Amino acid sequence: MKILIILLSTILVNNVILAQFLGICPFLGTSKKTSTAMGMGAAVIFVLVLATLVTYLINKYVLVPLELQFLQTIAFILVIAALVQMVEIILKKISPSLYTALGVFLPLITTNCCVLGVSLKVVGEGFIYGGNVGEAVVYAAGIAIGFALALIIFSGIREHIELVGVPEGMKGTPIALITAGILAMAFMGFAGLV
Amino acid sequence: MSNWKTFTKGLLKENPTLVLLLGCCPTLATTTSAINGMSMGLATTFVLIMSNLSISLLKNFIPDKVRIPCFIVVIASFVTVVQLVMQAYVPAIYETLGLFIPLIVVNCIVLGRAEAFASKNPVWPSILDGAGMGLGFTMALTFLGSIREILGSGSIFNWRFLPEDANTILIFVLAPGAFIALGYLIAVVNKVKKSRTSK
Repeated sequence: MKILIILLSTILVNNVILAQFLGICPFLGTSKKTSTAMGMGAAVIFVLVLATLVTYLINKYVLVPLELQFLQTIAFILVIAALVQMVEIILKKISPSLYTALGVFLPLITTNCCVLGVSLKVVGEGFIYGGNVGEAVVYAAGIAIGFALALIIFSGIREHIELVGVPEGMKGTPIALITAGILAMAFMGFAGLV
Repeated sequence: MSNWKTFTKGLLKENPTLVLLLGCCPTLATTTSAINGMSMGLATTFVLIMSNLSISLLKNFIPDKVRIPCFIVVIASFVTVVQLVMQAYVPAIYETLGLFIPLIVVNCIVLGRAEAFASKNPVWPSILDGAGMGLGFTMALTFLGSIREILGSGSIFNWRFLPEDANTILIFVLAPGAFIALGYLIAVVNKVKKSRTSK
């Protein structure tokens, strides 16, 4: 039951992009086509869950016993960067088809702030789902699915916007941002669900 | 390029937020009020100046192949400094900005300037470039924060000019308002840019 609540709240109510503003750059950058959006969404789900798991364990078994929590930011960003590189190399060997599908998006994820954001949040003080590894991983999965969902919906809308006449100054990013605003308003309707 | 130009290009012509569209996450998330936007901008400016300074000093010692990880370590160290200092001296602002202070590490502006400017230029221009870009970012954030605060809560820099029970457009301090306000702001900037080039 708790897992269901975590998933609902991260995917719909507190959507990572539309309510928490994490990962806006890839959201605007890779949403021009639905196929690209799907690739990016899949890559984020994969890396975010893995990164959260690894950083959670590092925090619990390395940083906390040594009382080095103030190094969290430095330690996590290095771990994430190394992890992304490693995933890239492993995928290339094990599953070339998945590698070509995710390929270009993997290096971009290092600078995606939702990965570092979520791993810091999970180990932060006062975080309610950080009790054990399982909940932390489910939380990360929910966040990632929410990211993919918002990205894919948004890319569908953007493909349609391409076809309509937009005032000169509004073309490109401005109209995309305003669309995202309206989408965020729609997602606000989920508030109170959990 | 003269030193003065290096400094001023970040303010308007190559403003990181409004023209180059870098660092969108903190721009949207921390501009619920003018004060919050400004503190986020100043924190980022500090990190920008210090990381540009150190990277331009270290540029001859960093091997080309591992330069990005090296830059990230330098940036993350200064972010940790900012984080600890803010936690100690301005705990209230630290609480409101929360997660977005450590996230300065992944702000594309900081890494972008390290890679594009500081790793190729001497120390003094790099400091000026960092300061200019940082102040441009701060200006944009303060401006967006002011717009959202005026429309959303009827106040500016915490000074209320509307009575307590006045009807304000609450949506502007909530998540959707951030997207919409930034969208219109960039549209205005685009329009101004276009009318200048056509002249």
